[in-house]
Amino acid sequence: MRKIKEVFIEKSLLTSALITILVTLGIILVLSVEAVNFFKEVPIIDFLTDTQWTPLFTDKHFGIMPLLSGTLLTSFIAIAFAVPVGLSISIYISEYAPRSFRKSIKPALELLAAVPTVVYGFFALTVVTPFLQSFIPGLSGFNSLSAGLVMGIMIIPFVSSLSEDALHAVPNSLREAAYGMGSTKLQNSFRVLVPAASSGIIVSIILAISRAIGETMIVAIAAGQQPRLTMDPTVPVETITAYIVQVSLGDVEHGSLEYRTIFAAGITLFIFTFLLNTFSYKIRKKFREKYE
Amino acid sequence: MTQQVNENIVDKSIKRVHKLEARGVKVFYDNFEAIKGIDMQIKANKVTAFIGPSGCGKSTFLRLFDRMNDYVDGFRMEGEILIDGENIYKKKVNVEQLRKQVGMVFQKPNPFPKSIYENVAYGLKIQGIKDKKFLKEKVEESLKQVALWDEVKDDLNKSAMALSGGQQQRLCIARTLAVEPSIILMDEPTSALDPLSTAKIEELIYELKQKYTIVIVTHNMQQAGRISDYTAFFYLGELIEYDKSKKLFTNPEKQQTENYITGRFG
Repeated sequence: MRKIKEVFIEKSLLTSALITILVTLGIILVLSVEAVNFFKEVPIIDFLTDTQWTPLFTDKHFGIMPLLSGTLLTSFIAIAFAVPVGLSISIYISEYAPRSFRKSIKPALELLAAVPTVVYGFFALTVVTPFLQSFIPGLSGFNSLSAGLVMGIMIIPFVSSLSEDALHAVPNSLREAAYGMGSTKLQNSFRVLVPAASSGIIVSIILAISRAIGETMIVAIAAGQQPRLTMDPTVPVETITAYIVQVSLGDVEHGSLEYRTIFAAGITLFIFTFLLNTFSYKIRKKFREKYE
Repeated sequence: MTQQVNENIVDKSIKRVHKLEARGVKVFYDNFEAIKGIDMQIKANKVTAFIGPSGCGKSTFLRLFDRMNDYVDGFRMEGEILIDGENIYKKKVNVEQLRKQVGMVFQKPNPFPKSIYENVAYGLKIQGIKDKKFLKEKVEESLKQVALWDEVKDDLNKSAMALSGGQQQRLCIARTLAVEPSIILMDEPTSALDPLSTAKIEELIYELKQKYTIVIVTHNMQQAGRISDYTAFFYLGELIEYDKSKKLFTNPEKQQTENYITGRFG
């Protein structure tokens, strides 16, 4: 009787694991099939080199570059904001803060990641943008700067929490060695601990980038819906994710070419995040070998 | 005139005899009393060994001399620790400066995950020294002092983590020597090493005492007998006996010391 129960539990655990894998494979399959259908009609070279993305207009262009530039620009702004802030926080919590404070501030910071992104989107649109407009006169109502900054706030805990874990995991013997040589706390942090924890810190940054690239609501609400190939953070742009939302919510006919564009855009996004995740997995593996 | 000069020499030698001194030192971790009132004087240019069973407070006591206990939660101390007659627990003491004078070698080799060269140059670099030629010379000199130069001179840019345990520990000593301290504290420096590496480090300690005052904590009584001039026996946070090593190991005054060194407990 006991044995049957064991077998049953084992099989159900296996099933849950398999379901997850199957769903992932299913998503990849659907993305690929629809994307292949799309590329039958639009040459892949046009997709990669055309500088306009206007599938919903009569003069149709299918260049992914404007969407990609929107995604990269907002992500870059978010990362440029989140990495220095997040890293400073992690060093402060790990090396400077009293232990009791560390215990309460970490969960508090992680709350930032728990705020629904739609709230962040409205925060960007209705608070940050007007605030920025007060000293950047040419700033449009929709822009990548404000969306990027707020996205940066959202991903701070990804950077700070994981980097702090990495710093905290550096063996105490290294801290003692550095202090024993006469290092100040600052020298210890930047010359010994950050380099020693670098792989963990890099992983945290990659995950943050991956999160920023895939983020949807904030950019859909605050960055606008105008695909344009630009590096100007003050004008409206459209990201890959925002485009997918726009089309999914619109009245595009099922199975049409316009409909398939979202799969082409989706697979581009997927390739990016997949590469980033693989990269971070590789670094994490290296990291594990180093300390165990 | 001659009289005056002689007096100066005498003064200096008196000052130099006792490099380190503890006066009425008590250490608490929260409410636990780890050191229960120790007075002790440690001579310059000698090797002094601290022995005693685990938990007797010898490591805690050693770490007082470069204030490494400051980072331990709940640490509190009473009394005075003097180096060259200066209380190092006074408020205005610059701890970083103090640690440049008092080097420390730890139980487990703990090189930085950097190159061999960077490890040895670290202490000088954080003092703001950027002169490449000077750094290079100093790195070479320090590695030669620990007899590691011939083994690593072609691999200075390799990671220190690739060295063997014994080489890492000698590297850690070289790193300490590079900043030219006058005192070297060693906390069981050979306990993680094989016998051959241990012999090399012991030989090194013997040579280093010409220039440095060395205090070494060890679990190995043969080691204490081999390398130290003076030995202090600690038990339950108290200094039980402190004498010339020869005397302490052959003819101890106290029964507790005899019990410990003959292996009846500990």
